[in-house]
Amino acid sequence: MEFGPHLMLASLEGAVIASILALTAMGLSIVFGVMRVVNVAHGEFFMLGAVIAWWVASHVGGHAAFGFLAALIIAPLFVGAMAAGVDRLILKRIEYDPDRTIVGTIGVLYIIQQTTLMTFGPDARPVEAPFNTRLALPWFEWGENGFAMFWPWGLSTTSYKLFVIVAAAVILLALWMLITRTKLGLIMRATQQDSETAQAFGVPVGRVYSWVFGLGAGLAAIGAVLVVPIQQAHYLMGHDPLLLSFIVVIIGGLGSLPGTVIAAFLIGMSDGIISVFFSPTLAKIFATLLVAMVLVFRPQGLMGRRAP
Amino acid sequence: MLKIEHIDVAYGQVKTLFDVSLTVGAGEILCLLGRNGAGKTTTLKSIMGQLPLSAGKITLDGETLSDLPPHEIPKRGVGYIPQGRRLFPELSVSENIEIGLMARKQGRDTREWVLDLFPRLRERLKQQAGTLSGGEQQMLATARALCLRPKVLMLDEPTEGLQPSMIVLIRDVITKMRAEGIAIILVEQRVDAVLSIADRVAFIENGKSVETTDAASLRADPAKLKRYLGV
Repeated sequence: MEFGPHLMLASLEGAVIASILALTAMGLSIVFGVMRVVNVAHGEFFMLGAVIAWWVASHVGGHAAFGFLAALIIAPLFVGAMAAGVDRLILKRIEYDPDRTIVGTIGVLYIIQQTTLMTFGPDARPVEAPFNTRLALPWFEWGENGFAMFWPWGLSTTSYKLFVIVAAAVILLALWMLITRTKLGLIMRATQQDSETAQAFGVPVGRVYSWVFGLGAGLAAIGAVLVVPIQQAHYLMGHDPLLLSFIVVIIGGLGSLPGTVIAAFLIGMSDGIISVFFSPTLAKIFATLLVAMVLVFRPQGLMGRRAP
Repeated sequence: MLKIEHIDVAYGQVKTLFDVSLTVGAGEILCLLGRNGAGKTTTLKSIMGQLPLSAGKITLDGETLSDLPPHEIPKRGVGYIPQGRRLFPELSVSENIEIGLMARKQGRDTREWVLDLFPRLRERLKQQAGTLSGGEQQMLATARALCLRPKVLMLDEPTEGLQPSMIVLIRDVITKMRAEGIAIILVEQRVDAVLSIADRVAFIENGKSVETTDAASLRADPAKLKRYLGV
């Protein structure tokens, strides 16, 4: 395959990674933005989403689409509810103290991970995609006969991968509408800016925190359900999403939603492209280097505001 | 109407209020006076439930506020204008008002009412609250609290750092609210401002409410001011 088609293929892979990453990182970003909690267990909520997706899909009969659809609804709800429980049971008890929440969520990380290992086991398990048609992609070239379109061998994607990109875009748009256009979003933003005053105006801050923590984990779980037909469910699969989400959130600017999307795109695309042309390790090196550069030259992130 | 009975309050291990008792009735302005750090702001915060009481209770029309979770207290009709205004700086003027309206599910007519009180805000509905001038921010903080249609309105140094014309405006609104039958608790540093507007004055010293007197008798005989404030 020539360079052009190859690059297109790599970009498509990158776009899929970026879509999943945008969802996952958005969850982390919202939780940090509103609650000022650094959720180290975020990757495990992602993993749990994938594992539950496998469990649901393997218990629902009929066409693969039924199982997948059920997973897409049940997994985020279950993970979200569980995260809300973690908020009530642990984060609230330690009064959202920044240091203690980090230690607390590290504990949650290991509890979820090891419980999954003991129940789900160490195997990687696949979930069947609801549809997975191979779509050949054309390429254009100026040849001997002028402008020509042809179908290079190996240049293809699947309908499912395109679906992942569209689904992520739709969910992010819905989230944006929720935050900027609804009363719920207004309450979230008010709590983010001044929780004490929000409470003095009738906002049940404790309940808002539980919902936000659940929403953040639920977003990670949605990302995981979307990815699990491409990448199998495994009890250690939470590491990379956690690392990449942190990278994205730092580059984008802590708590800035547009920044998070832009950074997810940047990191996802570069991860996809560098992985295809060079190696996945180099992609991680590049991403971490980018973080270092951002921290040195623009510590508030691309879209973040400087602390006043 | 609002009764504070023998409350003790502590910030962690440090006790800041001892046996504070106050009452304020409908259509009355009670002023809290005291030196810096005497416990005036702490008293207001305890009414809002932001600090836990270790003794005593606070009631509004017979209902015990101090047993309620903090976010329920504004819903009983307590409007709070905190020190430093504490707007939601990145929300628009309109959204700040919306937060106030949501607390007691007030609608369009209340919104119109507060915007008529502060026409300046109507011109700036889309502007971010953090970019308003100091006077406008105080208007918005007041409007936001009035959006609750409060029974009790608490103002913590509302005229701090404002130009004289703004101070007059805020004071006019306070007296207008008194005429509407709202019970008002005012924390104020400037004694002259207090004496001209207050019905009663409560002195707080070292976390204790030491004395409550009529503003009228204080105007006639300012000796107590000297004793409690050193002015």
